[in-house]
Amino acid sequence: MSEYLRPTQFEEALRLLARGPYAILAGGTDHYASRVGKPLTEPILDVTAIRGLREIAERADHWRIGAAATWTDLLEASLPPQFDGLRLAAREIGGVQIQNSGTLAGNICNASPAADGVPALLALDAGVELSRTGHVRVVPLAQFILGPRKTQRCSDELVSAILVPKSEFEARSHFVKLGARKYLVISIAMASAVIEHSAGVVFKARVAVGACSPVAVRLAALEDALRGRPMNARLPELVHAEHLAPLLPIDDVRASAGYRTGAALTLVKRAIAGACA
Amino acid sequence: MNQPREGFLGQDAALELSVNGGTVRVASPPATRLADVLRDELGLTGTKIGCNAGDCGACTVLLDGRQVCSCLTAVAQAAGRNVTTVEGLAADGRLSDLQASFQKHGAAQCGICTPGMLMAAADLLARTAAPDEAEVKDALGGVLCRCTGYQKIIEAVLDVASGPRPDLPPAAGAAVGARAAKVDGIARVTGEERFGADDIPDDALWLRVIRSPHHHASFRLGDLDAVVKRTPGLERILTAKDVPSNGFGIYPHIKDQPVLADGEARFRGEAVLALVGKREAIETFDEATLPIEYVPLPPVMGLDAAMAPGAPLVLPDRPGNLLQDGGVRKGDAAAAFASCAAVAEGRFETAFVEHAYIEPEAGWARRVGKGRNARLEIHVTTQTPYMDRDEMAVVMKLKPTQVHIVPTACGGGFGGKLDMSVHPLVGLAAWLTGKTVACVYTRPESMASTTKRHPARVHAKFGCDASGRLLACEVDAEFDTGAYASWGPTVATRVPIHATGPYMVPNVRTRGRGFFTHCHPAGAFRGFGVPQGAIAHEAVMDELADKLGIDRLEFRLRNALKAGDATATGQVLEHSAGLGECLERLRPHWQRAQEEIAAFNAGSANLRRGVGIGCMWYGIGNTSLSNPSTMRIGVSKSGVVTLYSGALDIGQGSNTILTQIAADAAGLPMSTIRLVTGDTDLTADAGKTSASRQTFVSGKATELAALDLRKKLFAAANAPEGEYLDYRYKLAIEGNGKAAQIVIRRDGITHRVPLKKDILGEGYFDPPTSPADADGQGVPYASYAFAAQIAEVEVDLELGTTRVLRIVAAHDVGRAINPIQVEGQIQGGTVQGLGLALMEEYLPGRTENLHDYLIPTIGDVPHMECILVEDPEPLGPYGAKGVGEPGLIPTAPAILGAIENATGVRMRQVPVLPHRLRAALGAPA
Ligand SMILES: Cc1cc2nc3c(=O)[nH]c(=O)nc-3n(C[C@H](O)[C@H](O)[C@H](O)COP(=O)(O)OP(=O)(O)OC[C@H]3O[C@@H](n4cnc5c(N)ncnc54)[C@H](O)[C@@H]3O)c2cc1C
Ligand code: FES
Ligand code: FES
Repeated sequence: MSEYLRPTQFEEALRLLARGPYAILAGGTDHYASRVGKPLTEPILDVTAIRGLREIAERADHWRIGAAATWTDLLEASLPPQFDGLRLAAREIGGVQIQNSGTLAGNICNASPAADGVPALLALDAGVELSRTGHVRVVPLAQFILGPRKTQRCSDELVSAILVPKSEFEARSHFVKLGARKYLVISIAMASAVIEHSAGVVFKARVAVGACSPVAVRLAALEDALRGRPMNARLPELVHAEHLAPLLPIDDVRASAGYRTGAALTLVKRAIAGACA
Repeated sequence: MNQPREGFLGQDAALELSVNGGTVRVASPPATRLADVLRDELGLTGTKIGCNAGDCGACTVLLDGRQVCSCLTAVAQAAGRNVTTVEGLAADGRLSDLQASFQKHGAAQCGICTPGMLMAAADLLARTAAPDEAEVKDALGGVLCRCTGYQKIIEAVLDVASGPRPDLPPAAGAAVGARAAKVDGIARVTGEERFGADDIPDDALWLRVIRSPHHHASFRLGDLDAVVKRTPGLERILTAKDVPSNGFGIYPHIKDQPVLADGEARFRGEAVLALVGKREAIETFDEATLPIEYVPLPPVMGLDAAMAPGAPLVLPDRPGNLLQDGGVRKGDAAAAFASCAAVAEGRFETAFVEHAYIEPEAGWARRVGKGRNARLEIHVTTQTPYMDRDEMAVVMKLKPTQVHIVPTACGGGFGGKLDMSVHPLVGLAAWLTGKTVACVYTRPESMASTTKRHPARVHAKFGCDASGRLLACEVDAEFDTGAYASWGPTVATRVPIHATGPYMVPNVRTRGRGFFTHCHPAGAFRGFGVPQGAIAHEAVMDELADKLGIDRLEFRLRNALKAGDATATGQVLEHSAGLGECLERLRPHWQRAQEEIAAFNAGSANLRRGVGIGCMWYGIGNTSLSNPSTMRIGVSKSGVVTLYSGALDIGQGSNTILTQIAADAAGLPMSTIRLVTGDTDLTADAGKTSASRQTFVSGKATELAALDLRKKLFAAANAPEGEYLDYRYKLAIEGNGKAAQIVIRRDGITHRVPLKKDILGEGYFDPPTSPADADGQGVPYASYAFAAQIAEVEVDLELGTTRVLRIVAAHDVGRAINPIQVEGQIQGGTVQGLGLALMEEYLPGRTENLHDYLIPTIGDVPHMECILVEDPEPLGPYGAKGVGEPGLIPTAPAILGAIENATGVRMRQVPVLPHRLRAALGAPA
């Protein structure tokens, strides 16, 4: 029988992890799904009993989403409109069962190109807090994910939280997912936008697209183009095909690359429209 | 919520959890899936496993009151918490309101998804007492159902607030036509029903199949005995050499599929070896250590490759990779085209489609008795116990009477469980080891190795005169049948017969051909090729109507087959051809839809709506072949009435429908009739549950059996000869045990005689057909079902996505013996048709799971309205004919027509994935 550790103290978890390597288990929705018909033999460190790790809390200049917080926890937390896009993403993760177990941290650690949480968190400018005994570092999400199934995490590090900076001005956000069916669907493409505005003018915009490149990306040129523009229904008209240059879509069973590019353009416009609505 | 345990959990800490209110200690390792612990350690098999990957939701349980997938939850994560399973819903043996509502509404067909649906709904209802439809869909969105089309499930959940009670069973003489609840429904809502994987004996050895990773390869096996020796718990490895007669197949003269491949694997997923041993030993065995040396060979993939001149042969004795070439010829189509006022034609393409029943193949076998009395007993999920028995006898070189098939409940079939799967493997292993051997397929191996709907390429050309009357039809259909024949010949003969569509066409030339490729076999799937053909003929009907400026519905009405017309095979339909009435009943909906859509489109730029119509006909039962049923119903000396039915209910409701027929024919109340089904030792051969034949064929045999019983009971009671047909005489079996009596009452006069012995009635029915001549002329089927559906869709022009908003389905069913079951068949079929049209495409090696292969979820289904047309079929029981397949056939054509109506683009390839439609729409404006 292989090892299965379920610590309740955070420091204890870090100490155990150093003894590793362990497969870290949170909601298990990616872990078990990728082991169909395979023996469950690797040593496990389960993070779901760690006290406090499930908390979603407001701090002075940021919000802290504990690594064991589930999509449902997020939906039930009281959060400002800045989070509306992320919450829309949460509602579209699998079905309610997956939302009840799956964690935001697991979603980013799993590093799927089609992870719905990633563009939404990129648009929130989220950071990833990584902890090992005696040491904590925070890495921007865009740098944390290196490629499909690859992250910067070292084997003795635990992702302890996702940190979302508070916006300087009032922020509105939106998320749009495109799949070939309603529930339980891996995105063909998705887009998320967070727009900070003041006096009817865009102060700062962050727009990210997923499933159209190995890692979801932000569209910097577009973000620049939106800055200083009036925050109204005509804002989406500023989106142009060139803004999508950072995307590197591929053909797969879900859609063709060419289609993805066109769809991404539409989704980005709709995400911005939704944030302005 | 309970506090997590202090400290941490090492490997030797026993886990304690609360399950359905009681505390249990669990010995399984902490990383074990909760689903496995519930089923294997705690015996709570109401929780089902359909995928182990979170994709189907069949394993849904409540964890501290919230729905989770128990296949994705480590049992350690449930420690100290409350788990509620389906077994925990009924309190003190009383169904909960939710369960009662499912039973009342017919929300469970096969029942395999039902526990998951119930748990998801229970979570919702605990939070929201009176949810709306959108909330129900959101809450149940994570559970797939392949049978019902979801509508009755939604209705059942919405109705809970009203405190539903299932209606009482109908009284004697009032069963046929009643919306009676399923006679076997309660076990499906309590989780007690036993499916293929639910009753495996504890002492069973397990079997794991080793499958080819290549589409095509030759292979050599090394020293397998050494592997057995060095692997504790592994008892035996089976190879092709162990199989007494290593070929099976549907047709008596085509036994081309090996149980275990013999040196050459012809599709990815083909069985190469079978490991037999202790469950843990075989599950943890590392497949990479097996001495199998594959030499990959170039595969023949797709119709073009198979038909190419000089193409490599998939099977050495099949020149040109041709399985079968069939056709129908009537009049002179070529000449008739010359005189047509309008001609339209098109080429249409469909993909492999997976049955995606939620229950993967499962079963177990044992050898019973010794020496010459030895028999092989197989418990298995199946649609066809008698064919299984005969096939097993061939493979094992046994007499059919030496094989005993005991069907378990079947968690969905749709044609996919007509071919053998685990049967020959567990049967062979049990026979050779003398021990009980079980096998449960994983979802990926179920998808990789079992049959699919045939991909088709159909070229159809029709012509009509200036008034819109069809004059000529030419159809050529090619089918990819995969590596082995399976049901390919059935498809290649059925399609040319149906290729005219349900229309009167005087001059016909149709052809159907099947070709072998290096893919999993394509087999039977609801409609046997007819759905693929319907996509073609319906698109051409639309085009002809448009060319002549005739309304699409009116055009079909003008050509609809009616009693007195001759079909393509020259068969004159004598009665029960209700397509005309179906279309008449749709007309108001058609007009309303057109008005609403015009109004919507006038105010919309990116979203466009459209309406389409599809028609179909479908011959009931085997094509040009005898396909009899024998049914028995008896009264035991002690007064128990039992229907012995070899017809399997795979969720479609035949147990209920046959009981309704038996009740009214015998003149007894439904509630008094017990059922024994499927067991080949206890019933008579009632044929396969396929081709929509059980209500029509077995239903008629049941009616005759019950009449025979009634006659014998009247005789035993010395009632005057012939009076048994007079239902003013009320029959009853009263008292029980030694006091059981036959009671016959009329006008206050009562006959009473003791039951001295068991009395058995028997009925046999074989629908009259005649073989086809060289031109395919003859009477292939005794009866035909007809239907027409309209679909309303909304297309997002920018994204190419299609949402089906509404379906109205008008079906001529002869007689609806049980309207709930009939609607359930139509709705379930319709949603499979929606999947065929919009999302389902199986790509060998690329979509072997339920997240890359997509079937409709509860959020994808439109509101469906069923119109039941009853144009009675005199041959059928109480006028009934079949309804199992027709629901699916007109749906995709109607959706494709609606997309065309919305966008002006005719899609000729299904599924209409968003990227295909977007490409067809051309560059964005
Ligand atoms: C049926 C189904 C539907 C799904 N639908 C969607 C969807 O629509 N959109 C979507 O984006 N995803 C979807 N997913 C994927 C998955 O549910 C999400 O990615 C989920 O958020 C993962 O969280 P988890 O807690 O279950 O992760 P786990 O399975 O527990 O872990 C995932 C990975 O992250 C690692 N990990 C987890 N926590 C930590 C930590 N604190 N520190 C370091 N490493 C960690 C694990 O080691 C593992 O490699 C679906 C999955 C299933 C089974
Ligand atoms: S078995 Fe758990 S979701 Fe399918
Ligand atoms: S009843 Fe839902 S899958 Fe059969």
